[in-house]
Amino acid sequence: MSDPEKVLVPERTDDARAVKVRLAVVQDEERATVERTDEPECMSFPHLVLREWIAFLALSLGLVVLSLLVNAPLEEMANPEKTPNPSKAPWYFLGLQELLHYYPPLVAGVLLPGFVVLSLIVVPYFDINLRREAIWRGRSLPGALKVLIVTALISLFFIFSAAHPVWPIVVPTIFVGLLMALPAALGQRPAVLHWLATRSLPFYIFLWFLIVATALTAIGTLFRGPGWSFTLPWRDGIY
Amino acid sequence: MSFLQRSRLFRSIVRHGLPDSVRNRALVTFTNFFLHIQPVKVRLRAMQFTRTFYLGGLSAACFFILVVTGVLLMFYYHPSVPRAYEDMKDLEFVVSSGVFLRNLHRWSAHAMVALVMLHMVRVFFAGAYRPPREFNWVIGVVLLLLTIGLSYTGYLLPWDQLAYWGVTVGTNMAAAVPVLGDQIRFLMLGGHGVNENALIRFYVLHCVVLPLALTVGIALHIWRVRKDGGLYLPPKG
Ligand code: HEM
Repeated sequence: MSDPEKVLVPERTDDARAVKVRLAVVQDEERATVERTDEPECMSFPHLVLREWIAFLALSLGLVVLSLLVNAPLEEMANPEKTPNPSKAPWYFLGLQELLHYYPPLVAGVLLPGFVVLSLIVVPYFDINLRREAIWRGRSLPGALKVLIVTALISLFFIFSAAHPVWPIVVPTIFVGLLMALPAALGQRPAVLHWLATRSLPFYIFLWFLIVATALTAIGTLFRGPGWSFTLPWRDGIY
Repeated sequence: MSFLQRSRLFRSIVRHGLPDSVRNRALVTFTNFFLHIQPVKVRLRAMQFTRTFYLGGLSAACFFILVVTGVLLMFYYHPSVPRAYEDMKDLEFVVSSGVFLRNLHRWSAHAMVALVMLHMVRVFFAGAYRPPREFNWVIGVVLLLLTIGLSYTGYLLPWDQLAYWGVTVGTNMAAAVPVLGDQIRFLMLGGHGVNENALIRFYVLHCVVLPLALTVGIALHIWRVRKDGGLYLPPKG
């Protein structure tokens, strides 16, 4: 404290010129930004900028070639009198439209998508997601049993809650349930089972969501024809 | 070349010299408005291709292509019935490279929706959504919704059967919201069915409101990647 110049003076005025020292604000919680690293680094320019430029060119090239080869669809002029059969929304909504086949619009069109968006938003704030601990440390028959019971309950729900069994949800549920239960029942050898055992619970929940969403979208897009009947794309074409 | 680089005019535009020293290379990123959203230095591990598969960057690249082709399409498009559809036919038969322009816009739009979804999946499996990046994940979800909104509002604009019935199916779903459903649908369409009012609403959203929102959102998102400590790297070992 011998040098009075170095003492931090608390701010007492609104005039920025009166602030004698530089302010460094360090948030009290742990922040990645204040961490020092000994990671090897390189300059963004040119190394990163060049790579980004190449990626951009590759994407542009791909899209240009696609646009030269395949024409965007254009049908007859809109005609409110003439309902095409089937009427389909764009592909990213066909998972929802497929759900309309099983559930009333309130469930398929409002509650389920609303629930999905809400879950995506709260994912990083939801406690079980944060630590990403391995689901199994060793063999655990009760654990395997617990997983299988939950799997069975979810499957039963989607078999009986809808107009007809929602197979695009039930099958992935059973698949993911088995993936989770296997390493608990059989132990962690070979390496695949070890890998499965060291994934976290959120990993499996997201995997399940991903497979369900992909299955619903693929079925709605490729396997549905007039009256939302089941069709085979290689036999009847894509509607 | 180096004569040019030393000229007063050039130096008034780009203030630093050739990027041949570390200092000048840092200045390229610092002083360039478009590059300064990036860090000056990157950790080598963060540059590996498999870290990001460039999915976020490619989503932004798609958006850029879409803005350029979209503005060109706007020169030929009238948001009215039946002119909108006739303009599509003109693009096909009258405008030079009109089909190509429309194709590029359409396929880039599909690609963008897919790339943004894949980017989200990449971020999740990397575990990069966890603190301190949790709010950037939320911004990401908003970007995903904006992207889908852009694609969906654009879907109506050609005013063909596909557009008309695709939007009819979607907005009927919105009508299923309890109590407010019909009002929400009315708000979206400017009427009780898909008609010219709906077209102008979708057009304004598609060409002005949503692109502006997405531009701001993407800038915020990429800036926050840096402010949250750069790309998430798993701890070594
Ligand atoms: C228009 C859409 C989007 C654009 C242009 C975009 C762009 C980017 C870019 C350029 C990065 C840098 C690293 C990378 O490429 O992965 C990034 C990172 C990130 N994005 Fe996005 N993004 C978009 C949508 C999303 C969505 C939908 C989510 C999640 C719901 C998301 C969450 C994140 C997170 C958490 C990071 C940090 C990743 C890390 O630290 O490894 N973004 N984004």
